Amino acid sequence: MENIRYDLITALPEIIVLGMAMFILLADLFLKPSNRIALYALAQLTLLIAAYFTFTTHSPGVGYAFTGAFVDDAMSDVLKLMIYAGTALIFIYSRHYLQVRNMFRGEFYALVLFSMLGMMIMVSGQSMLTLYIGLELLSLSLYALVALDRENARATEAAMKYFVLGALASGMLLYGMSMIYGMTGSLNISDIHHALMNAPQPTRELYSVLILGLVFIVAGLAFKLGAVPFQMWVPDVYEGSPTAITMLISSVPKLAAFAFVIRLLAQSLQTLAIDWQSMLLIMAVLSIVIGNVTAIAQTNLKRMLAYSTISHVGFVLLGLMSASMNGYISAMFYIASYVLMSLAGFGVILLLSRKGFEAEKLDDLKGLNQRSPWIAFLMLIVMFSMAGVPPTLGFYAKFTVLQAALQAGFVWVVVFAVLMAVIGAYYYLRVIKLMYFDEPEDKQPIEAPIDMRVALSANALGLLLLGLMPQSLMTFCGYAIIRSLS
Amino acid sequence: MVDFFTQHILSFAIWLPILAGILVLFTANDAKPGATRWLALLGSLASFAVTIPLYTLFNFADGGFQFQEGFQWIASFNIHYHLGADGIAVPLILLTSFTTVIVVIAAWEVIEKRVAQYMASFLIMSGLMIGVFSALDAILYYVFWEAMLIPMFLVIGIWGGPNRVYATVKFFLYTLLGSLLMLVAFIYLFHQTGSFEIVDYYRFPMPLHVQVLIFLAFFAAFAVKIPMWPVHTWLPDAHVEAPTGGSVVLAAIALKLGGYSFLRFAMPIAPDAAHHLSGFMIALSLIAIVYIALVALVQKDMKKLIAYSSISHMGFVTLGFFIFNSLGLEGAIVQMISHGFISAAMFLAVGVLYDRVHSRQIDAYGGVANTMPVFAAFAVLFAMANSGLPGTSGFVGEFMVILGAIQVNFWYAFLASFTLIFGAAYTLWMVKRVFYGEVANQHVAELKDLNKREFLILATLALLVLGLGVYPQPLTDMTNATVTQLLSHLAQSKLPAGL
Repeated sequence: MENIRYDLITALPEIIVLGMAMFILLADLFLKPSNRIALYALAQLTLLIAAYFTFTTHSPGVGYAFTGAFVDDAMSDVLKLMIYAGTALIFIYSRHYLQVRNMFRGEFYALVLFSMLGMMIMVSGQSMLTLYIGLELLSLSLYALVALDRENARATEAAMKYFVLGALASGMLLYGMSMIYGMTGSLNISDIHHALMNAPQPTRELYSVLILGLVFIVAGLAFKLGAVPFQMWVPDVYEGSPTAITMLISSVPKLAAFAFVIRLLAQSLQTLAIDWQSMLLIMAVLSIVIGNVTAIAQTNLKRMLAYSTISHVGFVLLGLMSASMNGYISAMFYIASYVLMSLAGFGVILLLSRKGFEAEKLDDLKGLNQRSPWIAFLMLIVMFSMAGVPPTLGFYAKFTVLQAALQAGFVWVVVFAVLMAVIGAYYYLRVIKLMYFDEPEDKQPIEAPIDMRVALSANALGLLLLGLMPQSLMTFCGYAIIRSLS
Repeated sequence: MVDFFTQHILSFAIWLPILAGILVLFTANDAKPGATRWLALLGSLASFAVTIPLYTLFNFADGGFQFQEGFQWIASFNIHYHLGADGIAVPLILLTSFTTVIVVIAAWEVIEKRVAQYMASFLIMSGLMIGVFSALDAILYYVFWEAMLIPMFLVIGIWGGPNRVYATVKFFLYTLLGSLLMLVAFIYLFHQTGSFEIVDYYRFPMPLHVQVLIFLAFFAAFAVKIPMWPVHTWLPDAHVEAPTGGSVVLAAIALKLGGYSFLRFAMPIAPDAAHHLSGFMIALSLIAIVYIALVALVQKDMKKLIAYSSISHMGFVTLGFFIFNSLGLEGAIVQMISHGFISAAMFLAVGVLYDRVHSRQIDAYGGVANTMPVFAAFAVLFAMANSGLPGTSGFVGEFMVILGAIQVNFWYAFLASFTLIFGAAYTLWMVKRVFYGEVANQHVAELKDLNKREFLILATLALLVLGLGVYPQPLTDMTNATVTQLLSHLAQSKLPAGL
């Protein structure tokens, strides 16, 4: 009895989110379309309550629930709080966009909450099965969200592509997991770790099965993260999805994917670090190259940001590849910074869209400084942050990752990544050039609700403020990783 | 209150212009730019005023860092907000805050679109550049160094000439590339020493091959900034396209960031590599002095000509650094300050003509002295200073460097002294074509002479150029102790014992 009580309390935030998502789905049936704003309020309330319970039940130790399949540690709590905050921003930024496009429906909020539930389970998964269930819940919700606008052929195509490739990745992941299970006899993260630690020197055959499993797992992870050579779905899905959904796909799920990688590679398969290090290294370098170089050729803003995401993922992998505490902390710091940048970037795109007009071409940004100096300034911060120019947060993100990789001894990889960052700076500068140096073509006034303007300003200025004082975020990431991994 | 100020002079010098710049942004109103201009002027004057105590309170006998202040900034990486200035930094800080006042006045009626953003860019840039000169923590330095690119990028891109986008992107990417390699060097040094304090790096011994790599990483950053041949090509583009204020700041201060950083980082951190590679550095400097001077000779665009002349003069600075004697080093520092005044004045003079005729081509002019006699007098003075006429500041630095070079190798001095011939040739030939002869065309015939505002800034600069030329003592007194200390540091090998 005591056990069940503990289990339920540990998973309380998840249970609340699940309950509220169901409730929103039901409430939608009984609400008049004009009253749907209540669903928005409910969704935000859900985040608040979940955040309250995550925060109050936080303890610095590590607690296991559901016979060890679910973990509550510092990393899960910190990441969950970040996920709530990111999702709250997504709700704020997307409300107006959805309203004018007739997509402001209960399904959106229910599906986003379900996908968030999936992320939370991924973050807290301590067994391969839990992790997988979380991932599938996230992915299935996202497939549906991409196709939310049924009549939009482009979005439907994107959803289809996303689904087929995503299912393939899930299959690979599952296959890899089954091999690891076969070798170690357990699905539990810590049991696998101990089994591998205490195993006698494996024979060649056994070892090769382990490595094969590892390869499949890494490939599956790379698919979900969007790392080269598994990046093909990223640009198409980013471009095809409604911008509000693109913003979701590109931001908070990366936090969950980070936790997924940490649980699988750093916690359970740490003994095979030598092997996955080289895989991550190759993917990191390729992602940085292809992401940055291909982004230059894009004329579509969303596609450009898709390639930019790929290059950012490359940098995250560079941190993870270091396979040290320092490296994990830096990767977490990078991904948290990236999520903030990505939200602000897509926030600006949503702000420029209006009824019957999608701001998605680079040229739509032309002369923004003359239309609205403030919004142009916010986008300027976002772009310099993505390019990694101080005094913005993006600089420290790159800095921490590079120093971790350098500490791990990869001097020339670091030099190479730095050269690629210069190429990356070019296309971010182009955005600034369009905003500041060109005359506007689109003279329509920018319409956006005040709450969105305030949140977006706080979001983008946050990049600058955290750039001046990055220690707070570094402390969070350090706390999360050190408490959970040592 | 006074105590608080004297303990944080450098912080005031950095943050006052930045705050003033942010304040100016809030007055944005292009229909009534008066308030913006006055606020910007007030901000720049106040910012200049807070740097003056750096001179009055300076201890001339102390070669180390003065006015130090600091606290821990980013604990995870042991990064400090640590400021301090020595005899090399203080003159450059004063130059920076002074130049900003000039730039604000020079832009008064000239800039009509987006005045607030223009003024704010320069004020913020001024604070960031003072930050570069006074940071004693490598990451703090790096943040200022890179952040300074952002306003400059916007200044060239928004208010620049027809080909401004190409020029400004080239400027940004060139500088960024070098800087990032320097960042890698900083991170390497951090992992070796556990600190980002520059002073800790000074004491850290390293084998020669490591020193060489570190030196080359710094070289990538600073050589681009100075700029040295052959990575100078961004400068003529940037200068030609930049508005007058942008050119002035680029030439007067931004180039000095590179020179200063050689003295602050590359040479003292890797002294053995600096000696090892000094032949290479001297060769590049001499090429810049001689070859770039010849390039300047054939330019048709006045701004381009001055840009190449800047590169040639900065060659003297690097030559002075790498001959490792006090005459050369002090001469190089005097040359940096003097070039700050002269190049600023030259670009302002071109700006005066450009505002009236809207052409920078030499052949668009002729006989300007007939219609603008006062202006012509100033222009000729600055041209003489640029070609190193004794009695002007241009002579002092070059002469000292040549004297220093002759102690090392006669041929260095021989080649370097060519600049006195070539420099005179390209500058005076330009002066002849623009100012003398018959009135060339209708535009020139209609020219009006300097107004009060233009007279004020050119006269101030003229006084400084002459003052420094006749009596450079205050400047050399200031740098003396620091230069002695730096040279004794450079003379000691940092190779680990037993190698």
